[in-house]
Amino acid sequence: MPATMLEDGVPLQRPMLLPQARGPVSEAVLSALRGAPVALPEAVGAGLAASAGILDDEDVQLALFLLYEQHYGGLAEVDEDLEWDATLLAARAAIETAFEAALRAAVPMPGRPEPTSPAVAAALFALTGRDDGPSLSRYVAKNATLQQLREFLVQRSLYTLKEADPHSWAIPRLSATAKAALVEIQADEYGGGRPQRMHSAIFAGTMRSVGLDDAYGAYLDLLPAPTIAAMNTMSLFGLHRRLRGAIVGHLAAFEMTSSVPNRLYGNGFRRHGFDERTTWYFDEHVEADAVHEQIAAHDLAGALVASEPSLLDDVLFGAAACLFVEGRVGAHMLTAWNEDRSSLRGPLP
Amino acid sequence: MPELPPVTVTACPNGPILVRGDFELRTPDGRVVAQHRRTVALCRCGKSTIKPWCDGTHKIIGFVTEPEPPAG
Repeated sequence: MPATMLEDGVPLQRPMLLPQARGPVSEAVLSALRGAPVALPEAVGAGLAASAGILDDEDVQLALFLLYEQHYGGLAEVDEDLEWDATLLAARAAIETAFEAALRAAVPMPGRPEPTSPAVAAALFALTGRDDGPSLSRYVAKNATLQQLREFLVQRSLYTLKEADPHSWAIPRLSATAKAALVEIQADEYGGGRPQRMHSAIFAGTMRSVGLDDAYGAYLDLLPAPTIAAMNTMSLFGLHRRLRGAIVGHLAAFEMTSSVPNRLYGNGFRRHGFDERTTWYFDEHVEADAVHEQIAAHDLAGALVASEPSLLDDVLFGAAACLFVEGRVGAHMLTAWNEDRSSLRGPLP
Repeated sequence: MPELPPVTVTACPNGPILVRGDFELRTPDGRVVAQHRRTVALCRCGKSTIKPWCDGTHKIIGFVTEPEPPAG
């Protein structure tokens, strides 16, 4: 595997290598990103019309992911000016419209609390506290093989190697208590001024400790549509000011379903004899997210709804969407493992 | 500049106690407990596996705090 560039032990993010196409839409997006002439609107329109379900569409989810990645760490050998290319932005918008509609149709909405901070916090704790079927974290703690643990890290890597980034888009779109709360959480996510404590850097260390490549996107070709769709959900919410309620709700639900599962994930790696070099990431999240979930529920989501009551439904939608898309990723993994096969699209090197 | 308290302590409903600001947490014999983040959550249910910090266990055991007393 290629050596990652390290600065004081922390990986330097490089534009990710372009993946293989999965169909005509991602093929057209890749061509456009490479600067080749291509009828992008037609390819996207035809792909969306032919899609049997956008949430599980390998081709369309990969295409959307690539369009979003231009706004994060970037893509190798792609002209950086294309980040704001009108044709690519129009393609992104067409896919996003279908994607958001599919999410709004599929995500079960919880009951609506009063638009006050305590009521919203209580509603979010109730929503995220519901036990929803089989548990990935319990399986990882008790049953996962070493190969499944490595797969688990690969599945997580798409988000976790840029942990916190999609929610940071919301900072300039919030104000007062909610803004201070988001920055308080994100400062901790980014290591409180110490790059070695940045959660993405700690996770990169976990990957290296089990012999995995920590370069962003190194395993993208292996990741199935539900995993990419969960990442795309965060980017969709994070990149639209209109959806600031949803990205706040998403972060709240993410933090509120983290402490307890992370203790179990760590137990799974300890069961296989791994030490703190591998489990630090999970141990850190047990403690950190017990803090973050309180800030996210009360000072972030609660305060946002109190100051902008019209955002109540989107905060709830964002939280429920987080549980929905992350639950689909977990179910995809558990189904594959229970059938004694890989949850990835190909063998892990 | 408005006068702000150096430390704030917030009791979270059915959850931990959040502490923000400049403070030092000590053991009964006076040793300083190493603190990994600026804002911390102290266990209030008594069942955390990483005391004095909260680890979310209060949610599993259904820990319930008293309702807030009525204002005034």
